[in-house]
Amino acid sequence: MNQFLRGLTPTEQVGALFLIVFGLLTMISLVAFFLGFRRDEDDAHEGRRASLADFRQLLGRSWFMVVIFWIGWAAGETAAIVLFALIAFLALREFITLSPTRRGDHRSLVLAFFAVLPFQFWLAGTQHFDLFTVFIPVYVFLAIPLVSALAGDTQRFLERNAKLQWGIVVCVYGMSHVPALLLLDFPGYEGKGAFLVFFLVFVVQSCMVAQHLVTRYLKRPPSVPQISTSFNWGSWGLGMALGSGIGVLFSFITPFNPWQALTMAFVACAAGSMGHLVMKALKRDRGITSWGHRVSVTGANGLLDRVDALCFAAPIFFHSARWYFSA
Amino acid sequence: MRAKLMSLFLLGLVRLLTGAQARWYGCPPKAERRIYFANHQSHADLVMIWAALPQELRSITRPIAARDYWTRTPFRQWLTSAVFNAVYVDRSRAAPAADGTPEPDPLEPLVQALTSGDSIILFPEGTRGHAEEPQPFKAGLYNLALRFPEVVLVPAWIDNVQRVMPKGEVVPVPILCSVTFGAPIQVQAGEERRPFLDRARQAVIALRDV
Repeated sequence: MNQFLRGLTPTEQVGALFLIVFGLLTMISLVAFFLGFRRDEDDAHEGRRASLADFRQLLGRSWFMVVIFWIGWAAGETAAIVLFALIAFLALREFITLSPTRRGDHRSLVLAFFAVLPFQFWLAGTQHFDLFTVFIPVYVFLAIPLVSALAGDTQRFLERNAKLQWGIVVCVYGMSHVPALLLLDFPGYEGKGAFLVFFLVFVVQSCMVAQHLVTRYLKRPPSVPQISTSFNWGSWGLGMALGSGIGVLFSFITPFNPWQALTMAFVACAAGSMGHLVMKALKRDRGITSWGHRVSVTGANGLLDRVDALCFAAPIFFHSARWYFSA
Repeated sequence: MRAKLMSLFLLGLVRLLTGAQARWYGCPPKAERRIYFANHQSHADLVMIWAALPQELRSITRPIAARDYWTRTPFRQWLTSAVFNAVYVDRSRAAPAADGTPEPDPLEPLVQALTSGDSIILFPEGTRGHAEEPQPFKAGLYNLALRFPEVVLVPAWIDNVQRVMPKGEVVPVPILCSVTFGAPIQVQAGEERRPFLDRARQAVIALRDV
């Protein structure tokens, strides 16, 4: 089996990976579908039905993400770049909606959405990784407040600009590192970037899901009740352990040996889960529970809630991989 | 055909930039003769409320456009007449009529539209406002309500649009917006003009926090 997989070309290997993931998801969805037919008459089943609904939601999100990645891979690198640029655009739109901006910010916003975002993704697509890494933290860091200053509005200047910078770093800078991983050329690992993206997403997502489920069943008191009603260090540790363990299991699809895979998975999970907590603090500051707090029928809202862990994990993962393996 | 393409393009653009969410609180979307009246802060208001309505209602709901501005160039004229199917009103004469001076009725085009069975979108402030709260409403809404007592008056609050394109800017930025439609109001028996207009304005403002 292993010999057979190794004999395939990189493209066929990635295709096989998607086939396996889709197969697994289909099986889990079928089980969830048939569980829905069970008759629940007494109140004791009320809790199980609630957790089944919760699980279905999680499953729906997983389907959504896998299909997105599959489209991104199947349609080629350019399509993947455009796809992630679109996700970053929608995420930044949500972020800006909930940050108070004033008239004087208009030009900065235009710059952020229509210049910085496309340019950053273009840099990723053309593999200009040196400029790609510093463009936003160095150049845009000055450009945004400069444009704001030229508008001549001093009221809450620092606050407005800080929020905009934050939005750009999380939504554009963070998200752009996901497709950049696709194009990162490890020595002896050409054309298999999709495995790295899969590794990152799968490890981070498993850590988040595990953390969520453990919290639900352990019912420990929250560690930081002001920020999150669910986060506690115990279930965080279990989630981290599971995420890192999965990283080791999947080390065969990456250029890492098991120890390196463990470290990389640990770093990615830590960044993702901590980033998620930071975003929760931001949301609390705005007095809302989710970025799509006015739930819409189109379902286009709340995207940032789903991708924030990835936005924090991707740059750190990307940077450690480049730095340690000098890719 | 070109108008159809243009409307599809505009719909896509508005949805990408603002989400164009419609939130129906107080009345369902329904094909009956209605006057939607809303706050007015940006040129994009008209497009917003048009995009937020469901497809079936969009074709029978006509926005009001100021004749002097929207017929100045052929493109603007084509846009408002072919795409939005707008009703033109003369702003210059609308002002004295609001004071009650008997002049040729500026509401005449609106009356025609309502008589022929269409719904209309009205911005009773008359012009774009800059403040948090809308300016006092002009009398047109009251006069139309008296002439067409069977037409349903639906208040609407357009949220966030002024941030998308502030007055004087040309490039819109993406920010999620929503249009909230509230419970219909009616002119009470014997209600005076000013109390009714204030009540209508309050009904619009109340939707901001729904």
